[in-house]
Amino acid sequence: MSDVESEGHKHVHDRNEMTHWAPFVPRLSAEQGPTGARNINLNHRRVVSPLQGFGPLWQKTLRVRLEGVSATPEEIIALWKMKFPELQPQDSHFYPSIAGVLPGELMWIEATVPPAPGLPSILPVATGVLILYADETSFTVVTPEGHPVAGLNTFSAYTDDDGTLVAQIDIQVRTSDPLYELFYHVLGTAGDQDRIWMHVLEQLAGLYGVHAPIEVTKTLLDPRIQWRNARNIQYNAGIRTVFHIAAAPFRWIVRRRGRRRPGTAR
Amino acid sequence: MVTTNLTTNVRKVNDKVSIIDISGEITRHAEERLSAAFEEASNNGVQTILLNFAEMEYMNSSGIGLLIMLLIRAQRQGQQLMAYGLREHYAQIFELTRLNEAIQVYDSEDDALKAAAVTP
Repeated sequence: MSDVESEGHKHVHDRNEMTHWAPFVPRLSAEQGPTGARNINLNHRRVVSPLQGFGPLWQKTLRVRLEGVSATPEEIIALWKMKFPELQPQDSHFYPSIAGVLPGELMWIEATVPPAPGLPSILPVATGVLILYADETSFTVVTPEGHPVAGLNTFSAYTDDDGTLVAQIDIQVRTSDPLYELFYHVLGTAGDQDRIWMHVLEQLAGLYGVHAPIEVTKTLLDPRIQWRNARNIQYNAGIRTVFHIAAAPFRWIVRRRGRRRPGTAR
Repeated sequence: MVTTNLTTNVRKVNDKVSIIDISGEITRHAEERLSAAFEEASNNGVQTILLNFAEMEYMNSSGIGLLIMLLIRAQRQGQQLMAYGLREHYAQIFELTRLNEAIQVYDSEDDALKAAAVTP
């Protein structure tokens, strides 16, 4: 690359790098959520990388080869961003903000998870993710305190060495606290999480008429449990969601009593 | 085949401290080169590895993942990672992702070396 070209390349990055990344915030601001999302475990939460998680650190790569598809990686990612909620399985609902999949935006999540493998998904979890990074060929979400995992998911599309388009999900996470670790790796529901992302890739490939196997690789980067982060359980979104739902009748009574006070409009 | 736009240079300050000078872009294509530089910088009893980002042009989110992998390797070897030379934008990314809780960030090489208890 010539000096002029490399200067131009550098200049493009100088101009764009700010817009690809989420701006710094000490805590997430989620005063109002979209319709359909409980919005109870995002506001004032801090972002957590795998460093702040509890369980062993896993790196997983899921990919699907889009043989015969003539789209570009940019077109794949644009479609993926637009259809992200629709590609999820029926027990996992994602609610992007009005702005969509853009750096700094939030995506609310309402999911139900099985208490153990083979059981129906009945445990509710209301949480979300922050869009940490987004460019034309990838986007990355990072989790908040309380989410089942602490870490990053990157969704990308690229052209492989043989010219085939590939859609890929890279996951680098630890479970957030001892309870999630119990469910994921002792009771074995981690496989259900992998199946969610396999479903997403299958659905994405299906949009292009491709039905190909999902290749999955998993690497245990760090087997150590970070016991100092056991206190993360105080933010456990699953526990908080269950309590929130259980307290619904009491909130109804309080609202109703508030409306019946003398001088209060009905 | 996609080639990386990353170059690295390893400097040994003394028996306990090494510096990896990073130039170019940290993306997922940089894994092999960054890993090799870390391997070179971290052998022979080194206790602290400084990452010099002064000449880094660009990093995408895959770069965060690569740095976490380096950090885990360092921790498992009983070593410490430090960083300096980050532009303000990337220093804020370190803060947002809380990478700075494990990789101490300094303004200059002198500050980092002082923190590593090395006389600049």
